[in-house]
Amino acid sequence: MLGKTAGGLYWMFRFLERSENTARLIEAGFRIALTRSSDTASEWKSVVTTAGVRSSYDAKYDSYTSVNVVDFLLRDPANPSSVMSSAEKARTNARMVRTALTTEVWEAVNENWMVLRDTLKRPVKETDLPTVLGNIRRQSALVRGAMHGTMLRTDIYDFAQIGTALERADNTARIIDVKYYMLLPSAQFVGSALDNVQWETILRSVSAHRSFRWLNEDDMTSANIADFLILDSRFPRSLSFCSRIIEDSLGFLAKDYNQTHPCHDVIEAQRNTFRSLSIAMVFDTGLHQFITDFINQNNALGQQIEADYRFNG
Amino acid sequence: MNTPRKHFDEMLLGANDVRAPYSAYDKWFAAQDPARLTKKSKEAEAFFRRTGITFNVYGQAAAQERLIPFDLIPRIIANREWTKLSKGIEQRVRAINMFLHDIYNRQEILRAGIVPVDLVRKNVAFLPQMMGFSPPGGVYTHIVGTDIVRTGEDDFFVLEDNARTPSGVSYMLENRETMLQMFPELFSQNKVKPVSNYPKNLRRSLEASAPANCDGRPTVAILTPGIHNSAYFEHSFLADQMGVELVEGHDLRVMDGRIKMRTTRGYKTIDVLYRRVDDDYLDPLSFNPDSMLGVPGIMDVYRAGNITIANAPGTGIADDKAIYSYMPEIVEFYTGEKALLKNVQTFRCSEADSLKYVLENLDELVVKEVHGSGGYGMLVGPAASKKEITNFAAKLRKNPSNYIAQPTLSLSTVPIFAKKGLAPRHVDLRPFVLLSPKGMDITPGGLTRVALKEGSLVVNSSQGGGTKDTWVLED
Repeated sequence: MLGKTAGGLYWMFRFLERSENTARLIEAGFRIALTRSSDTASEWKSVVTTAGVRSSYDAKYDSYTSVNVVDFLLRDPANPSSVMSSAEKARTNARMVRTALTTEVWEAVNENWMVLRDTLKRPVKETDLPTVLGNIRRQSALVRGAMHGTMLRTDIYDFAQIGTALERADNTARIIDVKYYMLLPSAQFVGSALDNVQWETILRSVSAHRSFRWLNEDDMTSANIADFLILDSRFPRSLSFCSRIIEDSLGFLAKDYNQTHPCHDVIEAQRNTFRSLSIAMVFDTGLHQFITDFINQNNALGQQIEADYRFNG
Repeated sequence: MNTPRKHFDEMLLGANDVRAPYSAYDKWFAAQDPARLTKKSKEAEAFFRRTGITFNVYGQAAAQERLIPFDLIPRIIANREWTKLSKGIEQRVRAINMFLHDIYNRQEILRAGIVPVDLVRKNVAFLPQMMGFSPPGGVYTHIVGTDIVRTGEDDFFVLEDNARTPSGVSYMLENRETMLQMFPELFSQNKVKPVSNYPKNLRRSLEASAPANCDGRPTVAILTPGIHNSAYFEHSFLADQMGVELVEGHDLRVMDGRIKMRTTRGYKTIDVLYRRVDDDYLDPLSFNPDSMLGVPGIMDVYRAGNITIANAPGTGIADDKAIYSYMPEIVEFYTGEKALLKNVQTFRCSEADSLKYVLENLDELVVKEVHGSGGYGMLVGPAASKKEITNFAAKLRKNPSNYIAQPTLSLSTVPIFAKKGLAPRHVDLRPFVLLSPKGMDITPGGLTRVALKEGSLVVNSSQGGGTKDTWVLED
């Protein structure tokens, strides 16, 4: 496979994941804005921060209102991570690597882009927002479905999986990074109503409010939530789970190509850390420090993979 | 008052006079519910959008990707007509290859005084870098798309010999696929020669053109300028259908005297490069130094016989519009036979007498740039306003040798499916020819382009033309 094609697949799936994650962040933010009477501004601010687009948002607006944040995250071309920008970049990459995709996957990505382009032509009214967000989720589910149902399990699939998992891990980590103070056991509002809303928001932004309850019943403690987001081996958006997907995919590549690279050492070290880690240890080293380190490590891993598989020459 | 010109219609000679190739189709069509056909037509458009069969239009920032409108009435050619046409095309393509080999080697046709020396040597499409070199197997034009127009029952003309990188073959294939899906019954009622082997034949033909020193199965790749190119869809479509890599300049480099592509496992040698990048951009070391689309050093590798470039650089000298006017003589010079296909009468504006005639008759002529393509920069006299003609005359006087002029042909029409039923529209035909050292293959039919505007003679997709499925019937 061409290095460029591997890179195109990787980025195509990163952007697809990003588009979906941004939609999910909006959904969580929107819900908290509806259920809380005051201080929605700080909530929207943390949504913008989590999406990693604070500076471009601040360059355009001076306050955090529902209307502005939703529009900026959904469809603003000035926001490189908006749902629309991400879907567009996913499609551009898909066009570039079209020969590596099955017809079903290409059509799903193309249709995703066409549907979003029509839906997001104009600002979305508050009354339409739930429908629109639902549509976005459905469209990306179609892409993923086509991908899992039709793609050969070759290096093509591996690079797509790596892109998805790296982006997803980054997203989960950034949600924790912005909200980490809510997860500290020492947080003074533990057990308060406010506390529950905040935790619920965190879980909703990773679409896990129901899965968490399924696994933990009603035991919504900060340690349980942090453990779930970071270490749970069953939750497909936890840091450990994403890291395992990357390990598997890099392992398949190594076997397929009969060749290992520096990125294999990086992922092995990360996996070893996760295997021996408990949530108590995470809190001991400091949750914030841990998450900051993880984000940097995850980025570095991405860059190592790009270099090892010659995405850019 | 002008009497309306009577055009030859390929389906209907008169109100109830259906030409033979269309007789089965006409019966079928008469039995169709127009509402159903309208629905089918919309479905086809949605299908094209979803699958991304689009082209990019230059000079239009906002509308980056457009569809080429597809018309569901097929253009039908009888086997007898096709046999005649394909013989003429074969003769012409052979002559073009012999001409190219001669021009870049002994130049006997110039010595014989048949083609003026300056027309070749001062031509921007003539590449001195190709002198004294013979490409693998002696093939210059691996892929040709000869544009044919028709004016009557037995009157076919070659309009252009696209010998550089003709596009449109993906539409030929997709149009047929669409028709098969929409109206399968038509293909059991009519015996239509298949076109779907084209990608396989293209790959075989390219492999057969590999350099002599290639051992094992040759590695073929398509070189595209990238996703912003107007024909990108076609590039990726062909790569996909042939099962070869689609590369851009930055994927390639010269290593150990070969062209290699950067893969996830290291660098892999390419033996045959089907390039969809113009000569000028192919190698910044030999041609346009600012090009980012090509491969620095590829011309050295090529001249050393270590890669096949399809089509060969410099083939533009053969489809240049000024050279075109000499094609009947060129065909005769190399094949010793009269050209089977007619040329359109062509006035070379570089010649004073012709220029004078052209300027005096601009309102009746079609004037084209010698190196133009895609219908850009041309004047269709009968359709132009006084002002357009005056402006064009000024351009023409300034640089006469940049133009040729031709009489406005009464192009044949084929009906399209319009709101009010069948409506005749002008068409042309681009058959696709594959040439390798092992032989020539012409796909039956080709791409029919149709001017969708009533009375318009411009069929180019960039100028609002559409396409039709083209059938060659078995006897």
